[in-house]
Amino acid sequence: MIKITEKPIDIQKVIDATSSLGAGAVNVFIGTVRNTAHGKNVVWLEYECYESMAVAEIRKIMDEASHRWPLLGAAVSHRVGTLKPGEVSVVIAVSAPHRKDSFEACQYIIDTLKVKVPIWKKEIFEDGEEWISAQPNMERSYN
Amino acid sequence: MKCTIKAFGISRDILGQRETIMEVSEGCTVAELRAMLFHRFPRLQGLRSLFVAVNSEYANDTRLLAAGDEIALIPPVSGG
Repeated sequence: MIKITEKPIDIQKVIDATSSLGAGAVNVFIGTVRNTAHGKNVVWLEYECYESMAVAEIRKIMDEASHRWPLLGAAVSHRVGTLKPGEVSVVIAVSAPHRKDSFEACQYIIDTLKVKVPIWKKEIFEDGEEWISAQPNMERSYN
Repeated sequence: MKCTIKAFGISRDILGQRETIMEVSEGCTVAELRAMLFHRFPRLQGLRSLFVAVNSEYANDTRLLAAGDEIALIPPVSGG
């Protein structure tokens, strides 16, 4: 299951999508909106997504995770739109026969999602706004 | 040929629009397209990175563009 949604994520549905009688573990990662960044109060976040590519990239990450670990199920749901501190932005669930594989695969999926999947967030502060990670740095690499 | 380029995140703010149309020659590479965009929108050069996606996949600089390709600008991502 891969879902990009503007509505609050139903965490239980993401977990249920990975259910398997052969599973001895279901590992769940829940990403939430933090109320501070760079020492400033975050009022809200705006998430934007290139949906067709985001779904394709998430699928590749899940396929790679299934190659590396013996998984029984995996599901990713990512929220887009306006989110306030405390709200859930992403839920990842992974089921496997043993817990170690479920932990490792779940961490691989969230870590890779954060560097590959075309989703962007803008932090809105009381006195301004900023796209996260976008701004200058002298290093540049395209391949 | 005319290429429609989608822009997301900070690149959308810099272009001032969700899509822009550019005239490029058939067989133009991704690197050449990026250089044209840098010339037309100099603020794009200040980004930490700017990948180009063709038909919903990350494209290498040597990728040749063809008529009908869906092209998108991918500034540094920050999902999760």
